[in-house]
Amino acid sequence: MKYVKQFSIILGISFLAELLEILIPFPIAASVYGLVIMLVGLITKLIPLEKVETAADFLVDAMSIMFVPATVGIMASVDALKEMLLPICVITLVSTILIMIVTGRVSQHIIRGQKNRDVAAVAMAGIKVTDDGKEGK
Amino acid sequence: MNEILSQSIFFGIAITLVTYEIGLWIKQKTGKAIANPLLISVILIVAVLLLFHIDYETYANGAQYISIFLTPATVSLAVPLYRQLELLKTYPKAIFGGIIAGVLTAMVSVFALSLMFGLNHEQYVTLLPKSITTAIGMGISEKMGGIVTITVVVIIVTGILGNILADTICRLCKIEDPIAKGLAIGTSAHALGTAKAMELGEIEGAMSSLSIVVCGILTVISVSIFANFI
Repeated sequence: MKYVKQFSIILGISFLAELLEILIPFPIAASVYGLVIMLVGLITKLIPLEKVETAADFLVDAMSIMFVPATVGIMASVDALKEMLLPICVITLVSTILIMIVTGRVSQHIIRGQKNRDVAAVAMAGIKVTDDGKEGK
Repeated sequence: MNEILSQSIFFGIAITLVTYEIGLWIKQKTGKAIANPLLISVILIVAVLLLFHIDYETYANGAQYISIFLTPATVSLAVPLYRQLELLKTYPKAIFGGIIAGVLTAMVSVFALSLMFGLNHEQYVTLLPKSITTAIGMGISEKMGGIVTITVVVIIVTGILGNILADTICRLCKIEDPIAKGLAIGTSAHALGTAKAMELGEIEGAMSSLSIVVCGILTVISVSIFANFI
């Protein structure tokens, strides 16, 4: 009966999140409230990781399948799209690729900068680094 | 055909799972990024529906029971995120810097391209929330006076593109760090991209999940500013 308990916790939070979405007048989705509630629950240990882990991993694993129905639904709105088909295609493609590149490069740049500083700090602390980059003692 | 099937619940559910399974099999056989199980499943279902003159409503009748699990699945993204929480504490600047840069890119690129195509306010705000999760994007579009049905389509197409292109773009642009990859995918392609990021690895998936939340909230704020520009 492990699954029943795990799914009750996850679906219970989903319900709570749904209530928040209805009650709070912000355009924020129930799923986002729910993700935050679950994360806070895990951090505060109110929800022990092992009490939700198995069911959560299953749901995350199957997530791609859950997008199939909505994507098939595009065929029902083809008429609404006709009018601005070209701008939609170009804007969607260009902007998605740009966002991906900018986000990735910016964060990678900052991460590598931080890692280099950490390495430098370790070296300054007295660990000798030999010329070929291997750490010596 | 449509009349019989329209009374069925399991037609929509079964065809979704079976075509997805075929997609997984094709991906395994070819090993190509373009052989995306989600895309293959959608193409096969649309083909079957058109071929046998089955209405979308008939399919959705059962398939909606698969869609409702999206909320609990998104809630469950907190679990991998929690397991990778140390990364968030180690690289807060990189993580938030990357996401903010991404959200700004989204706003500026949609603004510039809308200007280029001469779109009106209604069409412009319809496209602005394209890179965030559907439920938030719909809300924004509605509030700003956009066309909600088109916003939903654009959000899904964005997600599919991100899901399919993620591997290739990260390789071409030398985005190799798993944290950076996850952020890039989540910020550009919301939950649909995150499903792909999860396949790449747990760190990628966790960072992509985090991006859904942060990017969604930042977009709510920035759209209220950028919506005034056209």
